[in-house]
Amino acid sequence: MNIKRLYAVVLRQFYLMRGSLSRVLPLFAWVTVDIVLWGFLTRYLNSVASAGFNFVATLLGAVLLWDFFTRVMQGVTMAFFEDVWSRNFLNFFASPLTIWDYLGGLVASSIATSSIGLAAMILLAGLVFGLSFAAYGAIFAPFLMILFVFGIALGVMATALVLRCGPASEWFVWPIPALIAPFAGVFYPVSVLPRWMQIVARVLPPAYVFESMRAIVTGHSAARWPALAGAGLAAAYLAAGCWIFERTYRYAVRTGLIARYSAESVN
Amino acid sequence: MKKMLLVSELRKNFGAVAAVDGVTFSVSPGEIVGLLGPNGAGKTTTISMILGILEPSGGQILIEDRSRMNFAAVYAPLPGNLTVTENLRIFGLIYGAEDFPKRLAELLKQFDLEKYRNTKAGLLSSGEQTRLGLAKAMLNKPRLLLLDEPTASLDPAVAREIRAEIKDFTGRGQGAVLWTSHNMHEVEEVCDRVLFLSHGKILLEGDPKALPERHGKKTLEDLFVAVAREPLSL
Repeated sequence: MNIKRLYAVVLRQFYLMRGSLSRVLPLFAWVTVDIVLWGFLTRYLNSVASAGFNFVATLLGAVLLWDFFTRVMQGVTMAFFEDVWSRNFLNFFASPLTIWDYLGGLVASSIATSSIGLAAMILLAGLVFGLSFAAYGAIFAPFLMILFVFGIALGVMATALVLRCGPASEWFVWPIPALIAPFAGVFYPVSVLPRWMQIVARVLPPAYVFESMRAIVTGHSAARWPALAGAGLAAAYLAAGCWIFERTYRYAVRTGLIARYSAESVN
Repeated sequence: MKKMLLVSELRKNFGAVAAVDGVTFSVSPGEIVGLLGPNGAGKTTTISMILGILEPSGGQILIEDRSRMNFAAVYAPLPGNLTVTENLRIFGLIYGAEDFPKRLAELLKQFDLEKYRNTKAGLLSSGEQTRLGLAKAMLNKPRLLLLDEPTASLDPAVAREIRAEIKDFTGRGQGAVLWTSHNMHEVEEVCDRVLFLSHGKILLEGDPKALPERHGKKTLEDLFVAVAREPLSL
């Protein structure tokens, strides 16, 4: 991986954001709406439910982490879509830029954009609704990292899907977090799910994160193995994502799809 | 003499169709080679394989220094939502352009883009976009330059200037050029050697000034038409 070439991909994203309100605003807008909506909902629930259970920490904290995961994934895919929309594949892939430089650039872009979203959410949730992750110390760091790695992995898989199926398939990418959420136990324990959904949850890293998070905010200590299982699974998804992207790229080069991407297929 | 580009028995099949069928040629330092042929002859497919964005079905491509190769093509405009300078900076990083500020100033002047340095590429005229593409192609001082119809959207005056730039580029011994064009006058003026491609095969090869007479045609354009319509008659 060449740092200068990776930086070129990040710089391209920075240039695009610098002059575009329509690219900068979504970094804050949707997460702000979510935090405000769920913030007031959890505040209301705290007022009507029996004392002792903190909905702000459990539900608003879950929303914040889930939005972070979604932002990470979309950070990768949005940076990739910029090349789809500007028909830039030929210029990039006919250059010394390798697919690993390119993927590295997409990931680095996502780190930057998702960090902005995370900072905005933490600030808003803390100042307005009194949600403080600082109270739990560094224990949340591994869980954030698991969500980050899984978000990157899904982002890379989603880009491979769009590379393989053409520009119109970007529609498939947007609902991916919403499809995963019911299985991942973001708002409820996995134990309330039917058996088959619990089996699916076992192979989803976020399920371990949210189970552990609920344990921590309700005053229990989180077992070490869920974090390890979540981290191992996230790493496996990332490796699988990179493998799928590499294979898809090779297919696109072999069939001529890269050179004729706007045609959407070579058949 | 060491070749800048050596292509041997190159093939590309799309299903049962042979888009490129056993093409062999080379490009030497300081040489401008024209790759000619009717639409669908296999020119762009050949260039795509040299660029590495299309995998050959067979054959071999040897490039003297892949990191010092660059290209410009009418079908690969630079992102229209970035300015001229932003585009050149990004591709300067990708191609490892040395002393970028100096190189940027040189290229903006050389391709008459100074007044558009902060203009988005998408707002440029097609001729200005072509010049921007050529400036990008020169960022890394390439030793092998692939130009797919580089003057297709330029007015005659600008096209002449671009031809002079490219000839000057090879004249200084800096590199070699593989050039496709449908403008036979341009090819005659610029190219040291031409390859006529039809149905994925090279039918003719030689000096563009001598080839027409050798095949009983008055001009290179007449020869092109003959190749396109009746390749078997040659």
